[in-house]
Amino acid sequence: MKEGTGAAPRQLVTFKTGEYSFGIDVLEVQEVLRHQHMTPVPLATSEVRGLINLRGHIVTAVGMRERLGLDSALDVREQMNLIVSLKDGAASLVVDSVGDVITLEPERYRPRPSTLAAPLREMVTGVYQLDKGLLLHIDAEAACKVCEEEVRG
Amino acid sequence: MSEQDELLNDFLVESKENLDHLDEELLALEGSPEDSDLINAIFRRLHTIKGVCGFLELKKLESVSHAGETLLGALRANELKVTDHIITLLLTLCDAIRTIVTCIEETKGEGTQSFEQLAAELLAAAKPAEQDAAPKKELSLDEEFELILAQREAAESGGEPLEAKPEEPKPAPTPARTEPPQEQPEQASRAAPQESSLRVDVQLLDHLMNLAGELVLARNQILQTTKSLSDMNFRAITQRLNLVTSELQEGVMKTRMQPINTVWGKFPRVVRDLAIQCKKQVRLEMWGKETELDKTLIEAIKDPLTHIVRNSIDHGIEVPEKRAAVGKEAEGCITMSAFQEGGYVVIEISDDGAGLNTEKIRDRALQRGLISREKAQAMSEADVHRLIFAPGFSTADTVTNLSGRGVGMDVVKSSVEKIGGQVDISSRAGQGSTIRLKIPLTLAIIPALLLSCASQRFAVPQSAIMELVQLSATEKSGLLSWIGDYPFYKLRGDLLPLLYLSRQLAVESHPREDAGDKVIVVLDVDGCRFGVVVDEVHDTEEIVVKPLGRQLGNLAVYAGATILGDGQIALILDPVVLAREAKVEQREAVEVRAAATAAASLGEGTGQLLIVQVGSEVRAAIPLDCVRRLEEFSLRDVECVGKSAVIQYRGSILQLVDVAGTIGMRSEPWTSGNVVVVASGDALVGLQVQGILDVSCELSAVKPVTGKPGITSYGVIQGKVIALLDVAHLLSHGLEATDSRVGFEQAGV
Repeated sequence: MKEGTGAAPRQLVTFKTGEYSFGIDVLEVQEVLRHQHMTPVPLATSEVRGLINLRGHIVTAVGMRERLGLDSALDVREQMNLIVSLKDGAASLVVDSVGDVITLEPERYRPRPSTLAAPLREMVTGVYQLDKGLLLHIDAEAACKVCEEEVRG
Repeated sequence: MSEQDELLNDFLVESKENLDHLDEELLALEGSPEDSDLINAIFRRLHTIKGVCGFLELKKLESVSHAGETLLGALRANELKVTDHIITLLLTLCDAIRTIVTCIEETKGEGTQSFEQLAAELLAAAKPAEQDAAPKKELSLDEEFELILAQREAAESGGEPLEAKPEEPKPAPTPARTEPPQEQPEQASRAAPQESSLRVDVQLLDHLMNLAGELVLARNQILQTTKSLSDMNFRAITQRLNLVTSELQEGVMKTRMQPINTVWGKFPRVVRDLAIQCKKQVRLEMWGKETELDKTLIEAIKDPLTHIVRNSIDHGIEVPEKRAAVGKEAEGCITMSAFQEGGYVVIEISDDGAGLNTEKIRDRALQRGLISREKAQAMSEADVHRLIFAPGFSTADTVTNLSGRGVGMDVVKSSVEKIGGQVDISSRAGQGSTIRLKIPLTLAIIPALLLSCASQRFAVPQSAIMELVQLSATEKSGLLSWIGDYPFYKLRGDLLPLLYLSRQLAVESHPREDAGDKVIVVLDVDGCRFGVVVDEVHDTEEIVVKPLGRQLGNLAVYAGATILGDGQIALILDPVVLAREAKVEQREAVEVRAAATAAASLGEGTGQLLIVQVGSEVRAAIPLDCVRRLEEFSLRDVECVGKSAVIQYRGSILQLVDVAGTIGMRSEPWTSGNVVVVASGDALVGLQVQGILDVSCELSAVKPVTGKPGITSYGVIQGKVIALLDVAHLLSHGLEATDSRVGFEQAGV
């Protein structure tokens, strides 16, 4: 198992949004849900899709498409909620589709390309080279960080 | 955590409690020096602290508390009489122990401070009996303790009122049991009284509280679902669930309730020390110590209460000579009382001191520029008193150790408001003042009104709501008026600024904004009254406040969110933030976009008129269309350039026109600072008026006037004759001909 770098293989939950494939550490994912009823939050940034009642917990849903500046999905009912646990509570990442959990060896890992542009650069920590393309490894904390957050009083 | 650490931790927690009780008991002893039960109780507490020091190897603490114990031993053996000096020494001992305990807590060490001096003093005070009493005492401890225990049990069976609290749990004494110190018998015998309370982690209680909240929500949902079912059996079950849930919720809330005495307990000491420091005599009376409040709230009111009590002693109560001079008894009295009123706990702190000096407050507020002179004169006494809550306010001539730095009452106010409470003050000169805090019983569950706007539901805390007013689509023209873009509603003669919630939240309201009846929710925050226009109001409901995620932290307008009976989420609006918006709108009020020049708009446009007072008695009307803003300036800001009065205004210079002089009235002093800003070409010009009265469009019995420059016609509004002003004339003649300084020079500026 352990080769070269000494690092253990990582298990990632894969998901897609737009043309991108992402991976997120399996331990950061609390659960995956189909479309949920969302209560819109007036005045919030467009990245906040709304609030979800997750068995009595109120969870903010952050749209991955909106976060990346893509067009909103044609059918939001097809989208999935990836509930991730963050430092202070859970949040939901609304993504196009959720794939398998895959195990990846460290030697496929490359650090984040320095040329990556704005919204992606904030959340992508590194890239895995797969047979069929690239998998962007993202940090849940950063992905759920909505830009105006720093303003809070 | 090692066993030793655990033991140390228990010791720290228990010692702190013991110290608090020690303070109380020592003060009680000062009042009744003969009370041997009390001396025993104090001895016991100190002994407990000392006892544990022995096997935790806390040398300093042990030596200093041993000295104290020796002194108390002498007192107990009746070899000494209790004197003020002894009480003071013992209180100093408490402080010393507290210092060491805090130090241990922070650094795990006893610190570098030396308490040998204190120990020596304590021993010196115990002198008369020390030589033979002290060594004997160590040996006879067992017997003595038996004696104390017997006495206490006797007292308890007799219904001793002194100790309302059950005995604290003991420190885990296991490792010590096997060790030799003489203190052991005490540890063993202390285990005898029955366990009637447990120490529970607050986090666990918080968790239970949350779960109970969840259960309440689930219960609400089930109740709603079963309403449509006909299965009687099932409905009976849900009914039971309903009852049990309510009881459970109440019970869990109770676990977090603490008697207010947990904060009040330290005040006798605070009052004693401060009174000595200020050379005053003060007695403290407390009523309703057993009134219960949520633990987090108790924590939150601790500092505000201390501040108020300090203020009462420092500013309120007079020195004994002064009191004697006005025929009061030399000893001042501070009364603290607490009681429940509705869903609130009311805490009142009264003193029988000099009361607030209304004039001094008024002067100081003027000096600090908190209010304008006119406002100061117009304010009622109670309003003036409330100025002490304004930021940066202090009447103390000198800054003392205790108060007078100008931070204080405003902090009290803001920290009480932070927990949803209110503060008010009432005062009568010469008789004292009372500060009244109104604190909600609990934070987690609040009654709220549900309303909807743009088919989305929101909740507003019930505590801020004054009334609901129906705003029907048809009567709008009469009571609803717009000044520029800002709507006002005439509510019983007052102009109530309105906020359209849909506009505030930037959501689409009803398809057509003017269609359909709406409701004005009248809110009162801090005396600022305003109306929020919503589409519909629903029920009031007990809601569980849940915080919003970090992602929405920048949206201050939401105080949180809650889950409703049907499982849907409703955002909770924060009235304080809405009020801030309303205030801004009020201040910015009346930025009228009417581009029409003053001359062209006369008699045209909407026909709405701004009614103002000119001079002391004339009511005049200005077409609203030419009004840009209404302002209230401080007369100090008015400057003179040549013959005209000007004011620096929004980065440019605003010329002022003396309306009274221009229309040929005897020029009267302009004292109000009220200015109607109108457009003159591209520039703005200010019309000096005495007061701004109303907005109306019901002008009747219009009669044109000739020969009166500046007035186009007379008319009747609300049964009174009004002079319609010719704004064009005012601008062309007012700026050149008249001397707008006259008015305000006479005003004495």
